[in-house]
This record gives sequence, structure tokens and C-alpha cells, in this order.
Amino acid sequence: MTHFSPLTRRRLLMSIPLIGAMGIGFSFWKMLTDMSAGTFNSHDINTPILNRPVPYFTLPGVIPQQGFSSTELKHLNTPVLVIFFASWCIPCLEEMPILLSLKNFLPLWGIAYKDSPYNVKEFLHNSGNPFTRLAEDRHGLVGIDWGISGVPESFLIGAGGIIRWHNPNPLTEETMTHILLPLVKKISS
Amino acid sequence: MFFSPELGHYALALACIIATAQGIFPFIGLYYRNSLLINLTYRLAYGQCIALSVSFLCLIYAAVTNDFSVENIAMNSAVSKPLLYKITGVWGNHEGSILLWAFILSLCGTVVSLFGRHSLPTSLKARVIAILGLIAAGFELFCLTTSNPFMRIFPAPWDGQGMNPLLQDPGLAFHPPILYAGYVGFAVPFAFAIAALLEGHVDAAWGQWVRPWAITAWCFLTCGIAAGSWWSYYVLGWGGYWFWDPVENASLIPWLTGTALIHSAIVVEKRNTLKIWTILLSIGTFSFSLSGTFLVRSGILNSVHAFANDPARGIFILGLLGIVIGGSLLLFAYRAPLLTETNSTLFEPLSREGMLLLNNILLCSLCAVVLTGTLYPPFMAILTGQTISVGKPFFDATTIPLAIPLFIAMGIGPMLPWKRAHLWPLLNKLWFVIALTAIAALIASHKFYGLLPLVCATIAIWIIIASLSDIAQRVALLRAPFLTSINRACALPRSVIGVAIAHIGVGITVLGISAMSQAQHLIVEMPIGTTKHLAGYDWTLTGIAKKPGPNYMALVATLEVRNNGKLIATLHPARRHFNTQNQTIAHVSIASLPFADLYSVLGKQRTIDHTTTYVLKLHYNPLASWIWGGALIMVIGSAFSFSDRRNNHFRHILHRQHLSPSVIEAL
Repeated sequence: MTHFSPLTRRRLLMSIPLIGAMGIGFSFWKMLTDMSAGTFNSHDINTPILNRPVPYFTLPGVIPQQGFSSTELKHLNTPVLVIFFASWCIPCLEEMPILLSLKNFLPLWGIAYKDSPYNVKEFLHNSGNPFTRLAEDRHGLVGIDWGISGVPESFLIGAGGIIRWHNPNPLTEETMTHILLPLVKKISS
Repeated sequence: MFFSPELGHYALALACIIATAQGIFPFIGLYYRNSLLINLTYRLAYGQCIALSVSFLCLIYAAVTNDFSVENIAMNSAVSKPLLYKITGVWGNHEGSILLWAFILSLCGTVVSLFGRHSLPTSLKARVIAILGLIAAGFELFCLTTSNPFMRIFPAPWDGQGMNPLLQDPGLAFHPPILYAGYVGFAVPFAFAIAALLEGHVDAAWGQWVRPWAITAWCFLTCGIAAGSWWSYYVLGWGGYWFWDPVENASLIPWLTGTALIHSAIVVEKRNTLKIWTILLSIGTFSFSLSGTFLVRSGILNSVHAFANDPARGIFILGLLGIVIGGSLLLFAYRAPLLTETNSTLFEPLSREGMLLLNNILLCSLCAVVLTGTLYPPFMAILTGQTISVGKPFFDATTIPLAIPLFIAMGIGPMLPWKRAHLWPLLNKLWFVIALTAIAALIASHKFYGLLPLVCATIAIWIIIASLSDIAQRVALLRAPFLTSINRACALPRSVIGVAIAHIGVGITVLGISAMSQAQHLIVEMPIGTTKHLAGYDWTLTGIAKKPGPNYMALVATLEVRNNGKLIATLHPARRHFNTQNQTIAHVSIASLPFADLYSVLGKQRTIDHTTTYVLKLHYNPLASWIWGGALIMVIGSAFSFSDRRNNHFRHILHRQHLSPSVIEAL
């Protein structure tokens, strides 16, 4: 640095903001051109991939119920519905009656998303418990891998732990009878 | 049909041409020393503002008269929409908000032309107006070419599609103009910075001219952010007030650098140093304002506040940003090294300047952290293809350690003299504050669960007590006769009182945020007539009624909240069904008590075995309203210091002779 004049040195120092801005600007330009080319979509960042195996995870249970892991899902032969829910969300409570009638058709495995075991137990005590397995994702990290954007969201897992269907909304009577149950029948046969 | 969309379109095009002339003439005038061209600039600034007002009026007229042959109105309005929202809905969409943006910018140019008439040197003023004109021309061109609000459609629909019902709210109606006034207001300090770089000269007077503009913009931005946060608190019904969403961060980043700017400009004004840094902050703040407002519309940032996205629009915006930000930083890199810190006075770390510098360092670090958190997900996606979500845990872990020393310094800073302070007199002033804070913390420890909220609350109390004690020391409260203290208080410069008020506002906001971490909530299903218990209150659902609104049908619940049998509040949470959009939204009902908010949301109803139950979400939010109250106090304090007579250069000289020596010492 010694062979630069003081002024040049000051100029180099004061071009740092410019260089930083240019770097950020270039990245934005790349994102925009990729967006128009269809190779980049920031809104798709969290879309889970259908017909692919579930992401790797192991979650503890909400005592006394047993938790589960991706390995267990991969060793399944019959379909299972995995549901992300939380005691702090109104639609989750509204979805409960549907889940209670749905548990007669296929096993429901719940993942309590960003919730405390106490609140979850209280919640299920009041609304009725449709879940055969109940895991706890206290910090929501597994939720990120599954790409959920909110609660409740449900995933139909087929044989071999493959995600067959994703519903990013609360389940309704209609989706249950017209989409989910026919799909379960199709996969099982 | 005088105010036709075509007239509006024409006026917008005219404004663009006027703005271009406004941006070019002063430079020609200054080069050829032609005063006629320079004087013309001011008239052009007025002209641009008038043209844009006409354009804006035309759009409002089209909205009010339900002219659905205009695409923008057809997409965002409907016959059944209440009049207020027809007007405010004009700036609730992308095209209209850009027009509003340009209009506010032209208003800034006009105000500079009007107010800086005698106090500013002609060349500086002409350059400032020219730069404002150039920026305006760019954005008016953007509005005309890619987001024209006056575009017609054929055939015109019978009714419009209506606005998102969530936006139909008085809080949100005035949120955009206030926020934009903040964003755009920082264009003036920016223009001053560029003009100073062009002139190659910055002095204390420059700091004095810039600071009122920076403070005004800062006040608007603070109000805008507070209003936005309040809106999400009482409209979205999640009980939260800040979600670290990219759009929220986009407003927080310029707020942080803007806060640094209004503090560093004090150093320029009073001590004639930190000049290059202040120029960089002026450029940076406006650059962040611009990037924030416009990148939100490009679709890059994944946010809930989605505007209609269009990559072509994004490229135009990015090009414009490249010219404005890249150009100004290039100018900065080339010219700023030539600005020498004349009369550059050294100062000790423990001094007013030292504390202001610390404030700047911490605020800029905070800004860097928030910027990193906001840009990390899309950058990781483009660089590695990995998907990453950055949320509250990251921001809590990174911002709190930076905010705590900032708040501690905030209490001490205003007590210190310029240049050099001594530790003993400072501790002598502070022992009382420390003792009071410790007592307050002990009391608070009974109310707070968890160490971090308690620490934050203690620091908030520290800021409030330290600011009050600074004023008390200055007026010699309890040490001199009471009348003397009153007299001294009246003689105190307004800026000193304003600083104390603004800092107390920060303390109140921080106290509100700390207390909100202790919020309790409950989701319950309740039949009519039942009672639930939450946070020491009994919440009884006494009735449910149907009520028609102007363009919706509402189901309104009546909740009575009692404490030991005494009625505290009656809440009316509702669900509104909007027919045009076939959308149902919950209307939150809040009772703000001095020390807590009782907050309720109505969910769906369900009938099992002839009993109808209603889903209700009940929140007990301690000190929630203090968050926004504190923001308002910050703004009042800043406005008060802004009204300081010394801000007027000429009165400043006249008034100094009347001030007592002790007061001058205190400055």
C-alpha cells in the first residue's frame, strides 16, 4: 500500500461502498434475469417436492405419545397423513373435527409446530386427539425442511416415505371426500 | 369530464419533462453564470408539483366516479367500496403508489425552493433542486413506461374487482403516504450530499441545513413504520406487531441509518467534523429507502406484502437504482477524498462526540445485521440453490446484543460535554440514576419471567430515568430554589428538551417490547354464556349478532371482560364477509388499558348436538400500546428539537446574545 499516494488511498477506501453496492446490484440483476428466464423463483423457495422422499429428520414425541422419524416413514407400506399443527392457530382448531373423522380411514401422524408440550396436550384434551403418533418440532426447524409456510399443512406419505400430496390449507370436508380419500384408495390398491 | 384519465396521463408526461428541465437547467445556468436559468429552476419545481397534483387528482376523480374503463381502478376498486377507501385505495396499489411517490418528491422540491429562499447559497440550492428534479424525472419515466395508472381497458367491466379487504382499514389508508413522505424526504439530505460533493465543500452550515430535513423525514418514517406495525397488530389478528418480514426490514434499514444521520449531522453542525461520514450516511439512507420501496415490487424478496410482480418492471427499477445509487457512490468515491476535515478537532472517546460516534457505529452495525438477514435467503438461493429461512431467532440473537450498548450509551450521551468528559463528574451525576434503575429493576423482576426481557426492561427504565435526570441536573432541580429551576427550564434550549423527550420515547417503546414478550394467549371454543379465565381476567361471551356493514356482512361477538367481578371492558370481535371478493376476515377487537391490551379475535362457529360454539382467540398483551406511544413521543421530541430557534441561521446569531453564559456552556 505504501506506493499509493494518500489521495489514492483515500479514494480506494471510499470506493468500498460503491463496490459493495455493485455486488448487491449485480446479484439482483442476476435474480431478475433468472426470474424472467424461469430458472429462479424466490416464491418457490419453500415448495416441498412432490413424489420425492420425505426430508431427513428425527423428532421426539409429546409424552405419552411416541414421536417419529423419516426412517419410520420410509419403512411404511400403507399411506399416512402427516399434519403440521399448533395450539396457537385458529384454523388448526377448526380443522380438528375433520381430522377426528379422518382417523377412521388412515393413520394421522401429527407434528406440533413451534409449540410447548403443555399447550399441545391442553389443546388436544379440549378438541379430541386424532393422532396415532405425535412429534414435537419445538423450534420449527423440521418445518423449514418440509417447506411449510404456515400451519396447518398436511402431507400424504405413500409407501417408501414418498410425498404423494401436499395441502397447504386447513382440511375441509370437500378436500377430504373428493381429493384425499380417493387418492388414499388409489395408492393403497 | 375535465379531470379525465387522459388529462392525468398528459399531466404526468408534462411533469416528467418539467422535471428533466429542472434537473438540467441549473447546471447550465451555473456553468454560464446565467441567473435567469437558475431562477427558472424554482418555477420549474413549482410547475412539476402542480402538474403532478393535477395528475393525482385525475386518478382520484376516476376512482371516486367509478371509471372502470381505467384498468387500475377496475382492478382495485368497486362500486360498493366506501368513499374514503376509494380515495385512499388510489395509493394502495403499485401504479398509484409510484405516482404518490413522485408527487411527494415534487413536493419536497417545492418546499426546498420556498423555504431555502434566503438562507441557502444560490449555487447549493440550485444544485439541490436540480438533483431532486433528476430523481423525479427518472421515476416519472418509470411510472409512464411500465406502471401507467391511467391505462384504459376495453370493454370496461360493470364493476371492479375490489380491494383486498385487509386493506380496508383507516390505519392503512394513511400509512403509505406517511411512510413514503419518510422515504422520499431522505431525498433532500441525499440531494444536499450530492450538491456538497459537486461543490467540493462541506462546513458546519451544511450540517445545519441538512439536519431539519433529515429530522422531518425521520419523523415521517418513524410514524409510518409505527403505523404499519400497529396495523399488523390489530388487523392481522396474530397478536404480534413485528414479523421481521422483508418489507418491514426494508423500512427498518433506512430508519436505522436515518437515525445515525440525524445524530452525526449534529456533530457536523456543532463541531465541524465527521463530514465525509455524514455525507455517506445521507447517500446510504436514501439509497436504502429507494431499494426498499422498489425491490419490494420486483418480486425478489419473498414477502407477504406482495405487489403485482413483473420482472420487466424490476429490470427498469434496478437500472434506475443503478444510476442513482451507483452514480452517487461513484461521485462519493471520487470527490469525498478531496474534502478535508478542516479544523478537524480531536476528541476523547468519553465525550459527546465519542458517544455520537458510538451511536453511529452501533446503528450501522444493526443496519448491517438486518440487511444480512433480509438478503441472505435470496442470495443463498441464487448462489448455492439452497433454501434457507431467516427469521425471528436470528434477528433476536443478533440485534439485541447490539441494541443493549446503544441504549446504555443513549442515557449517558446527552450528559457529556463536547470534546472531553471526565469520569468522576459523570459518575457523580449517574450514581443516583443507577440506584433508581436498580430499584426499578427489582420491582420489575416480580413482573417479568426470563432474564432477557428483564434486562431489556431495566435498560428501558435506565434510558427514561437518565434522560429525566439530565434535565433535572440542567435546571438544578431540588438543589436550587424551585422558582430558579422553573426559570432555568424555560431558558433551556428546545433541542435539549427535545432530545430528552425523544430518548424517553425510545425507552417507552423498548419497555413495551420487553413487556410484550410476556404476553399470554388462549384459543378456546366457547358457547354463548360461558366464561374463560386468562391472565387474571374472566372473559365471558355474552352474545353474537349479525350486523351489515357498507360492503360486508359481519358476525359480531360481545365479550365482557371482568376482573374480580368488576366490568373492565366490553370487546366486539367480528368476522366480516366481503361479497365482492368472497373473502372472510376477522376483525380484531382491542381494549387498551394503561398497562395492558385485552385483545380478541373471533374464529369460526360450529354446531355439535344443537350447541353452537365459537372459536375465540384471547390475548393479554402487557404494555402493548406503549410500543406505538413511545414512537409517537420520539416524533414529538424530534419535532420539538426541530422547532429550536437556533435552527434558523439568522435568529441564531441574534439570540445568542440573550442567552446566559451557563446555558451556552450547557449546549
